[in-house]
Amino acid sequence: MEHIVIIGNGISGVTAARHIRKLSDKKITIISAETDYFFSRTALMYIYMGHMKFEHTQPYENWFWKKNRIELKNGFVQQVDTTNKELHFADGDKMSYDKLIIATGSKPNKFGWPGQDLDGVMGMYHKQDLESLEKHTPGTKRAVIVGGGLIGIELAEMLVSRNIPVTFLVRETSFWNGVLPAGESEMINRHIREHHIDLRLDTNLVEILADENGRARAVTTDKGETIECQVVGLTAGVSPNIDFLKDSAIETNRGVLVNRHLETNISDVYAIGDCAQQHEAIGLRRPIEAVWYTGRMMGETVAQTICGNRTEYKPGHWFNSAKFLDIEYQTYGWVFARPQEYEKQFYWEHEGGKKCIRISYHKDTNEFLGINNFGIRMRHEVFDKWLTEKRDVDYVINHLAEANFDPEFFARHEAEILQHFNSQTLTNA
Amino acid sequence: MKHNVEQSMSLTSPAPTNLSLMQKFATFLGVTGLGILLLAAFNINFPHKALWLTISLSAITIGTIAFSYGLYGNTAEGIKNNGVFFKSISNRGFLGWIAGILLTGFYVVLYFYPEYLGLVKDGDNTGVIAVFDPLSRLLSGNPASQWFVYGTLYTVAIFAFGIKFMWKYRHNRYEVIRTGSVMFFQTAFAFIIPELMARLNTDTFKLPYYDLKNVWPLNYYNFEGYRIKEFVNAGNIGLALLIFGIASIFIITPILTYKYGKRWYCSWVCGCGGLAETAGDSFRQLSDKSKFAWKVERWVIHSVLVFIIVTTTAVVHSYLGHDTSKYWLTKNTFLIGVSVFLTVLFALIWIFKRQELKKDARYGAIGYLVIILAFVALHYTSGDSKIFLFKANDLRSTYGFLIGSIFSGVIGTGFYPILGSRVWCRFGCPMAAILGIQQRLFSKFRITTNGGQCISCGNCSTYCEMGIDVRAYAQKGENIVRASCVGCGICSAVCPRGVLKLENGSQEGRINPNEVLLGNDVNLMDLVNRK
Repeated sequence: MEHIVIIGNGISGVTAARHIRKLSDKKITIISAETDYFFSRTALMYIYMGHMKFEHTQPYENWFWKKNRIELKNGFVQQVDTTNKELHFADGDKMSYDKLIIATGSKPNKFGWPGQDLDGVMGMYHKQDLESLEKHTPGTKRAVIVGGGLIGIELAEMLVSRNIPVTFLVRETSFWNGVLPAGESEMINRHIREHHIDLRLDTNLVEILADENGRARAVTTDKGETIECQVVGLTAGVSPNIDFLKDSAIETNRGVLVNRHLETNISDVYAIGDCAQQHEAIGLRRPIEAVWYTGRMMGETVAQTICGNRTEYKPGHWFNSAKFLDIEYQTYGWVFARPQEYEKQFYWEHEGGKKCIRISYHKDTNEFLGINNFGIRMRHEVFDKWLTEKRDVDYVINHLAEANFDPEFFARHEAEILQHFNSQTLTNA
Repeated sequence: MKHNVEQSMSLTSPAPTNLSLMQKFATFLGVTGLGILLLAAFNINFPHKALWLTISLSAITIGTIAFSYGLYGNTAEGIKNNGVFFKSISNRGFLGWIAGILLTGFYVVLYFYPEYLGLVKDGDNTGVIAVFDPLSRLLSGNPASQWFVYGTLYTVAIFAFGIKFMWKYRHNRYEVIRTGSVMFFQTAFAFIIPELMARLNTDTFKLPYYDLKNVWPLNYYNFEGYRIKEFVNAGNIGLALLIFGIASIFIITPILTYKYGKRWYCSWVCGCGGLAETAGDSFRQLSDKSKFAWKVERWVIHSVLVFIIVTTTAVVHSYLGHDTSKYWLTKNTFLIGVSVFLTVLFALIWIFKRQELKKDARYGAIGYLVIILAFVALHYTSGDSKIFLFKANDLRSTYGFLIGSIFSGVIGTGFYPILGSRVWCRFGCPMAAILGIQQRLFSKFRITTNGGQCISCGNCSTYCEMGIDVRAYAQKGENIVRASCVGCGICSAVCPRGVLKLENGSQEGRINPNEVLLGNDVNLMDLVNRK
């Protein structure tokens, strides 16, 4: 029986395993050094905040794996020998495979800051990061977070939930403004400060200082300040977790290089999820996409290929979501932080300052290109359809109510948005 | 994260939850209010009972509300679950167990030893019940009973904790309006109206005590002989009430459940649901989400339903006559009628909805067949007073003891801090079972999943008081159509990615078993869904 080995038990690897099992009787083994069972990485924050226990973040009960004949191995792969189709573990163990799926995800970026490996300094990606944070929490009077992205703001929310004062160093001049246009970004700046987080925009970390026990005691910034702290969170993005492939024959760049079928340069070796890097970006996407949803799609795709239906990875329309403290965010299609030359944008913000939408459309054809919605839930299915049908912006604005996904009795804003849109286009005309 | 578990057994928690001055004062106030009642229960005699009752109930209410204000008043609008699993009370810690034991003890005394609360037959009440006499006389004109004490405290709990809940979810209008609804139905329908109805009673006219929002089989006693007599003897009003009781089962309930799902009752109207959603909200995360629990749930709740159908049939059968010339409904016609009704109901489900049910249909088939066969066979083999081998009266009192008292009261509410707030609703309530079958098979209600946006975080499943593994559906992009869902809306509220929405829509495509992960291109979805 063919043995499929998957390195990594995150959403990509587990999705691949589930779908291979649905389609075939192959022997499946999932390897992880992080945890025994699959858990939702995006839910780690809720454990620290006391919303859930670790077991609640596991989408499948423990009997699931045996029942579906998916073998789980706890181990750290140190080396991949593609010639003999063999994996070498850190503890000296070996395992042979017929087909190998690399789904090892990411690791937090560290940019060579002095003191980045001190005690009390951590990323927020692995379960071990959470354990480290838990260990260092008692006695922490202030935490400094470095890096203003999605993980950074989540870490800030976590610490605030335990009443730990947070200083949030953000390199950019406004929160996440490489992705968010000014209106949205400023809304989140305000919201961060409303939660009493000390947000320092346009500020870089210079050095992390140690106390006599080798634990972080303060950071210095490029503004010449020294900030006393006991915990430092490094959340300046992530990069593919592929150091163990250095000496293998598998071709890598920043990530494991794959073609559109998620195949690497070595036959019978595939890579999916955060650690995979497309030779050429697909559409407007980045070559490496460290996103839950794309990992899941790649898992389904590679399962098809492995089970005999060689399938190209064709992600549909881009979508994503996040939650910034109390404000939910969803996006469908493409809305650029700095409009492309063909792009026009319409922005509406609610007077309360916690809800807004931005619609992007083509300046010549009026074709709807994408939407950012904050504080209002929108239907994925509807926007996916409108993007496929290439609806124009007027159609979308006039039919927004169909896309609304807020709970019953919530205040509705479609009329106001329409009015705002009409008045804006009239003045522009 | 082992140490969290350990710490939760202690009185301190890793999350700094120091009480503010206001919360300390609120705690003092609330405990004082309870203390007055406790002293009364130990037969400390209070001279001005009306005054002391007012002080006590006000202290409890204001204490709870002030505590909630201290908890949520100065926070931004949003989800407030910080530290839920660190707190002893909400994570089966020491305080949780203490609360569970005290509540259970209270229910045992209430149901089985009301004399310890001061109930005196044929004489003036003493103890804590006597303290409630003035309020009872004000409403109904009669002295209080243990049930009046219970009803008053129950209403105070729903009111005070309802305000807490509204504060907690003030950003969510569905929750605010729904909570207003349960507070209204409890105060008006369960508490005030029945007491006022008792005022209409004279020496020659008596209405049975009737909480109008309680529908058979939740009020399993509604069609017992003495009540039917009272209904009939009370003339037009009594008859109207009786007809309303029957119409509630066969007309009103099915229509509303078809349009809105069982939530119209379970989380908007029902008193048990009302207490679970308000006072029980702190314990919703303790429900068991395992597949095993779901299996137990299906067997237990439907067995209770079968039990109450048999019991009620036997009870009604016991007071009907043989002679068609006296009254058209006789023992024979009634039994045949019940059998035919159940057979037709089952046949319809079998013919039209078999595909949707698979295994469950077989369970249902067995259950119903057993009842029907028991009716037909034993009607001809047993005497007047017996159906099957039991006396109707024995069945009734067994049901009343096991289900009515132990299950719904002692376990259902007493175990809130241990098993979660909806144990009765999920495992025991026969009304919920009927509404659930209908919701699963014939309703416009469903929880819609928003395409591919689920990140499998587990908040929805964790905070589902009915123990539904919501995530299992959401991460597949599948709508949630479950018999047990009471439509409280919390899964949708706690979802950080805007994935879940309670909706009433067309029956077409309500249940979508295929994987519908949007974001994948269409060809891949074809492959994924191909069996």
